[in-house]
Amino acid sequence: MSARFRVGEPVSVRMGHSFGHVRTPHYVKGKRGVIERICGEFRNPEELAYARDGLPKRALYRVRFEQTHVWPGYTGTPGDTVDIEIFEHWLRPANGTER
Amino acid sequence: MSADSHGHDHDHTPPPDQDGPLTYHQTMEIAVRELLLEKGILTADEVRREVEKMDSRSPEQGTRVVARAWTDPAFRERLLADGTAACEELGIDMGPTYLVVVENTEAVHNAIVCTLCSCYPRMLLGLPPDWYKSRNYRSRVVREPRAVLKEFGLELPESVVVRVHDSTADMRYMVLPKRPDGTEDMDEDALAAIVTRDCMIGVAVPRTEVMA
Repeated sequence: MSARFRVGEPVSVRMGHSFGHVRTPHYVKGKRGVIERICGEFRNPEELAYARDGLPKRALYRVRFEQTHVWPGYTGTPGDTVDIEIFEHWLRPANGTER
Repeated sequence: MSADSHGHDHDHTPPPDQDGPLTYHQTMEIAVRELLLEKGILTADEVRREVEKMDSRSPEQGTRVVARAWTDPAFRERLLADGTAACEELGIDMGPTYLVVVENTEAVHNAIVCTLCSCYPRMLLGLPPDWYKSRNYRSRVVREPRAVLKEFGLELPESVVVRVHDSTADMRYMVLPKRPDGTEDMDEDALAAIVTRDCMIGVAVPRTEVMA
């Protein structure tokens, strides 16, 4: 499979609109995280939901976010994290300017 | 005493049925199911059997996996590397499920949620509990996990990192709980018996004390 990002690489989540069946939760839009693992390639749920074939398959990642970054005023411990599966087309390099 | 009165004074009004008006999606499910039957794509018996199969799965499958991982270090490694393949080794039919197993240690506690809907490792744990599907759990455990875990009776020290795993796409998750101290002499069956559904979701930890 072709994966654009490597494990450990910093990424950020695009600020796209969530029309239709989008599996990227709103609460991490625009947030920075680190690739925790590459899950493989899967059919695109945004297409599958409308009876299309969802092809080509898209790389799916688990991205680890620091809770104190995701939630302003987070009351837990600084090391706490939330890990979320995100498709490649929702990610961009954390330090890039690409949208 | 008349035939209608048998020594107490309730009025025998039956409790109301739970069948309120159908929701939009309930109506759609019935319509799609009827079409599949009419067109001969599925039979009513096939639908019934699938429902029966879904209802018959239980957390017992998951407890076997945990107990094996606690007693067989090589299996534990394979489980953490590829949850699906390791469960299939134990004869568990994983279907199309991609399983990620996350391990609780002295330093890390894991908890599972699906904030978008109710994704759940049904092959291992059966049907999800109602609270897992509730908006309360789904919206809060991701944002204030320590407070939610405390409501479940699990208070974690600050030295333990809490990792929440949001099942947003194709992976399903199971927590491999930390083996409690004092269980060194227990065999696999005895160990499986102290693992519960909630331990594998990550809102509880296994206890060795006998529950009253």
